[in-house]
Amino acid sequence: MAIPTTHFVILAALLFAVGSGGVLLRRSGISILLGVELMLNAANLTFAAFARQHGQLDGQVFVFFVMAVAAAEVAVGLALLVAIYRKQQSIDVDRLNIMRW
Amino acid sequence: MWGEVAVTALKLLVVAVGMLTAVPVMVWVERRGAAFIQDRIGPNRVGPLGLFQPIIDAVKLFFKEDVTPAAVNRGLYFLAPMIAIGVALVTWIVIPFGAGHDVTLFGVPLDGVMVAPDLNVGVLYLLALSSLGVYGIVLAGWSSNNKYSLLGGLRSSAQLISYELSMTVAVLGVLMATGSLHLGDVVSYQQQHVWNAVPQFVGFVVFITAAFAETNRLPFDLAEAETELVAGYHVEYSSMKFAAFFMSEYINMVTASALIVTLFFGGWSLPGVNLTGWPGLLVSVAVFVAKVSFFLWLFVWVRWSLPRFRYDQLMTLGWKGLLPLATLNLIWVAVAMTMGWL
Amino acid sequence: MELIVFYATAAIALVSALVAVSHRNPIVNVLALVVTFFCVAVCYALLGASFLAAAQILVYAGAILVLFLFVVMLLNAPEEQAAGEPRPVQGVAGFALTAVAAIGGVLLLAAVPSAEPASPPDGHVVALGRLLVGPYLFAFELISVLLLAALVGALVLVKRKH
Repeated sequence: MAIPTTHFVILAALLFAVGSGGVLLRRSGISILLGVELMLNAANLTFAAFARQHGQLDGQVFVFFVMAVAAAEVAVGLALLVAIYRKQQSIDVDRLNIMRW
Repeated sequence: MWGEVAVTALKLLVVAVGMLTAVPVMVWVERRGAAFIQDRIGPNRVGPLGLFQPIIDAVKLFFKEDVTPAAVNRGLYFLAPMIAIGVALVTWIVIPFGAGHDVTLFGVPLDGVMVAPDLNVGVLYLLALSSLGVYGIVLAGWSSNNKYSLLGGLRSSAQLISYELSMTVAVLGVLMATGSLHLGDVVSYQQQHVWNAVPQFVGFVVFITAAFAETNRLPFDLAEAETELVAGYHVEYSSMKFAAFFMSEYINMVTASALIVTLFFGGWSLPGVNLTGWPGLLVSVAVFVAKVSFFLWLFVWVRWSLPRFRYDQLMTLGWKGLLPLATLNLIWVAVAMTMGWL
Repeated sequence: MELIVFYATAAIALVSALVAVSHRNPIVNVLALVVTFFCVAVCYALLGASFLAAAQILVYAGAILVLFLFVVMLLNAPEEQAAGEPRPVQGVAGFALTAVAAIGGVLLLAAVPSAEPASPPDGHVVALGRLLVGPYLFAFELISVLLLAALVGALVLVKRKH
């Protein structure tokens, strides 16, 4: 028998909560970006689950788009981290308290 | 049900045994080939023409002391060689290595002899898994807690990401012409039309260059680069852990050759040969092995003929040379398909 | 059978996700996330989306996380110090979010009768491709522009001025 859609949605919700916890609580810039990735993945899982629920592929197309946006986000985010590290030898976001650098 | 299980197990066995025998044979070919190219004799003491040398080497590696340096990150240090060899072995389940028309075994049809014939995203699966191989190298480089290892791992990750791009774009041309992601369809398309290497020669050149880079072979072996990085990512490894990296390099070579053959040189097919049944199966497997062997020899040939690239040259070649060429190939395929030439 | 696979995958995904956000060593974080994304790929496969499963591994595990690993090694990112400024608000918010997700999940399980999912249409990859260059063509093109912009942006950000 097929797995109910609710199962996937709950798993996605838990993954999203874990990811947002990482974004809120961590201080290393890299870990924050990782948390964001986890949240995006959780959203993707919901899209795919509902795509199956409704028997349409549009949800899967959205997953595809989210993956592309995530790739773009990571490229820019990591470039920012490298730039910040070069300025102040740290990627601790708590130390990022000057607006001009 | 049990017939299918038995047949799949048999296929797995054939693949595993095939890969594990290919490694020592390739080691012998490499050493004798190097000697031939450099006008030396090479290993000739153990067995006829030194054929048993790899067996002796394997025994030696087994009995070497397995040193674990004090300051390594233990978990990852042990995990890295496992990832390397595991990933190298599992990519084989989607490569069709023989024709199975009208052949049944225990009542199960052997259509397109590959381990997982129903995987309709075969090419994607292959690219995805082979892109995981980098973890073995990067983790080995990082966990060894050694500057040279780290440099090797860093170089390797940058190199693999860069060349995977051109490789994928080159494969896209083939997939567009075939209209399917299934490797069996790629072979039967080439059987009906023409080998992809003819209309997509540029794509083939890009793919084979990227394949050399992906397998970390000379002239792109910057992750090892023994003259500058000692041995790169596996400096700190000894005994069977080192052997695992060594074997995964050769298995990756075989996989890359098999991919080149399947995507661009008609796979197991040979023009003019249309046998069915068991003779067809045996002939097609033999044809496949012969084609793969040629490209394996090419790997050896290139290794001992070309010097190593410098790191910036490698990146320049990847991003400014291969990627535009691969895109050009893609555009050419699109135009040719629109005009009805392909 | 499928349910067992799902529960095992979900458990591994959650545990590795927790490791990914809580461990102090950034390399371990990235590796745990690789495991999580693998589990998500298995979920896609269970949902019948084989293309997404392959793309998930190819894009996330094969490219994005390798890039993360590369940057972690390049910056030689130190382990996060344990003592820092306390973050009461964020902590409460995180727990609240998790609680909401858990309670919502239980309510969802109780309230929604498990509707039999409609089977997705055949020819996944082909159908997906037709959707991408058909109804979603504009979004598809926008994505390519976005990727180009990200590429240029990343280059500008890390380029050293001579």
